[in-house]
Amino acid sequence: MDIKSMKNYLYWLYCQFELITCSYLMEPWEKLLFYTFNITMLVMISYTAYIFIPVHISTAFQFFLHLLGNQYENTVSIVK
Amino acid sequence: MANPSAVCNGHLHHHQKQNNLLKSGVCKKNGITKGMKKNGVSNGTLYKKTFIEHFEQAPMYVAVLTFVGFGVGTIFGYLRDFMRAWGLEKRNIAEEREQQKDFVPLYQDFETFYTRNLYMRIRDNWNRPVCSVPGPQFDLMERVTDDYNWTFRFTGRTIKNVINMGSYNYLGFAETDVNALKTVTRELQKYGTGICSTRQEMGTLDKHVELEKLVAKFLGVEDAMVFGMGFATNSMNIPALVGKGCLILSDELNHTSLVLGARLSGATIRIFKHNNMQSLEKLLRDAIIYGQPRSHRAWRKIIILVEGIYSMEGSIVRLPEIVSLKTKYKAYLYLDEAHSIGAVGATGRGVVEYFGMSPGDVDVLMGTFTKSFGAAGGYIAGKKDLVDFLRTHSHSAVYATSMCPPVAEQIIRAMKCLMGLDGTTQGLQRVRQLGKNTRYFRRRLHEMGFIIYGNDDSPVVPLLLYMPGKIGAFARRMLEKNIGVVVVGFPATPITESRARFCVSAAHTREMLDTVLNALDELGDFLQLKYSRYSKSSHPELYEETRFEHED
Repeated sequence: MDIKSMKNYLYWLYCQFELITCSYLMEPWEKLLFYTFNITMLVMISYTAYIFIPVHISTAFQFFLHLLGNQYENTVSIVK
Repeated sequence: MANPSAVCNGHLHHHQKQNNLLKSGVCKKNGITKGMKKNGVSNGTLYKKTFIEHFEQAPMYVAVLTFVGFGVGTIFGYLRDFMRAWGLEKRNIAEEREQQKDFVPLYQDFETFYTRNLYMRIRDNWNRPVCSVPGPQFDLMERVTDDYNWTFRFTGRTIKNVINMGSYNYLGFAETDVNALKTVTRELQKYGTGICSTRQEMGTLDKHVELEKLVAKFLGVEDAMVFGMGFATNSMNIPALVGKGCLILSDELNHTSLVLGARLSGATIRIFKHNNMQSLEKLLRDAIIYGQPRSHRAWRKIIILVEGIYSMEGSIVRLPEIVSLKTKYKAYLYLDEAHSIGAVGATGRGVVEYFGMSPGDVDVLMGTFTKSFGAAGGYIAGKKDLVDFLRTHSHSAVYATSMCPPVAEQIIRAMKCLMGLDGTTQGLQRVRQLGKNTRYFRRRLHEMGFIIYGNDDSPVVPLLLYMPGKIGAFARRMLEKNIGVVVVGFPATPITESRARFCVSAAHTREMLDTVLNALDELGDFLQLKYSRYSKSSHPELYEETRFEHED
């Protein structure tokens, strides 16, 4: 029961996406093109996020620790 | 509910008082409430009842998403045009022949970009062939397309009893009942169908004379003249009334027939903001102070062109203010009552009666018989001098074939019914039923949370859709539920405000309206059309009590 209502909800969300971006009006090959483009962009953005965000966060973390005080610095460098 | 003795000559005596609904206590629907309260002392006496119009703006995200939709549509439009230009795709639009490719181009490609790339995709929602009388329910021919709306073919099936929410059948006179059409059949057998002449040659029949006298009596003016086509009434008669050296002040949202007539006349045209009296007054003052553009001479004539009900917005003209402006600045007023004659007013005599004014206040009363009377054609009414002038000088009278007799008889019978001259109160009942249906429909739509434009009393109800993808989805799904609606998109409306326009009719029963409202409710939830940020009023029971007519 829950799966069915979840599926209906997802289908409804998909319909909203179609209506808002006018892909409801497109022919099948145009839809394929549009979705491929969108999915490619999404995958590329998420891959970039996956690679770079941990590095950025740990660099920011180090920077703020340096501001707060020197006592924890040695332990952090050993862990890294 | 009608008082029979007061109806026999078509004028009501006690009814006016009961129409004074003072809704000042209840905090009504928001949007822009233009009532008696806002405009100081002078306006308090002009409007005898509250004038409430709604033009609510949608939330910001709706506008953003609409532009996103149009953006994606435009990108794909360019892609398709590129493919067509480079031969990767078959060209379905009109083009020149091979031998003429070097000539000056005949078909302007870029200007039809919108038609080719957006309109074509949802074209199946327009021009649907109807195969029965356009009454409250009608039959449609089913058609399918194999190549995405470039061509259609009929399957042979008819979709029966589709509820008709698109026809301008305000009083329900589009009917095939044999008893009702007795006189029309008789006239058809007596006169035939063709006139084969123009008014000035041999095309004036006794039927036309009878009809013109009846129209003049109905409207309460001295004389009237009827024409065969409503559009041509405007476009052919405005050039006869104004010419070079005259000034036309026309509303922003006037119908194409008025715009065409104004342009054909050769007069100077200035446009004031829709229903905005400050804008109109400023234009009038500037016209009188500065005169004609280079010579600064006085204008020969200043004429104000407005409509009774604007068909795309559902708003009613602010007639009392316009009449007071026109008497102050000595201009003329041309009122096009195409949608409002028969549809508003206590006895269906249009906006002049709706505001409780006298027909002598308006210089030229124009209207059409296409909407409330179930016929075709238009009229111009006013003082006898004006109509006599038009009989000799109008292009329509000289060149256009006059109205055919069965159609004239249909108008005569409809008008007699409205005035009560046929001995029944049917006409008045129809007007009342239309009023009830309108108010019920609009109230329920507001309560559901849709954005509706227009005045509370106008039977034209535009429901805003905004996004281009939803236009096609809405119309198709409503047809699946057996309801026929008219959706309107870009060139007829601003690009971000596409809408579905409902025309309420006196022939709709409460059950039909409830079916439509339930379907709209469902569809509104599915398509997320309920953009209104204002829910129904906080005192529903108080709101019900101030209504004059209880729905029962």
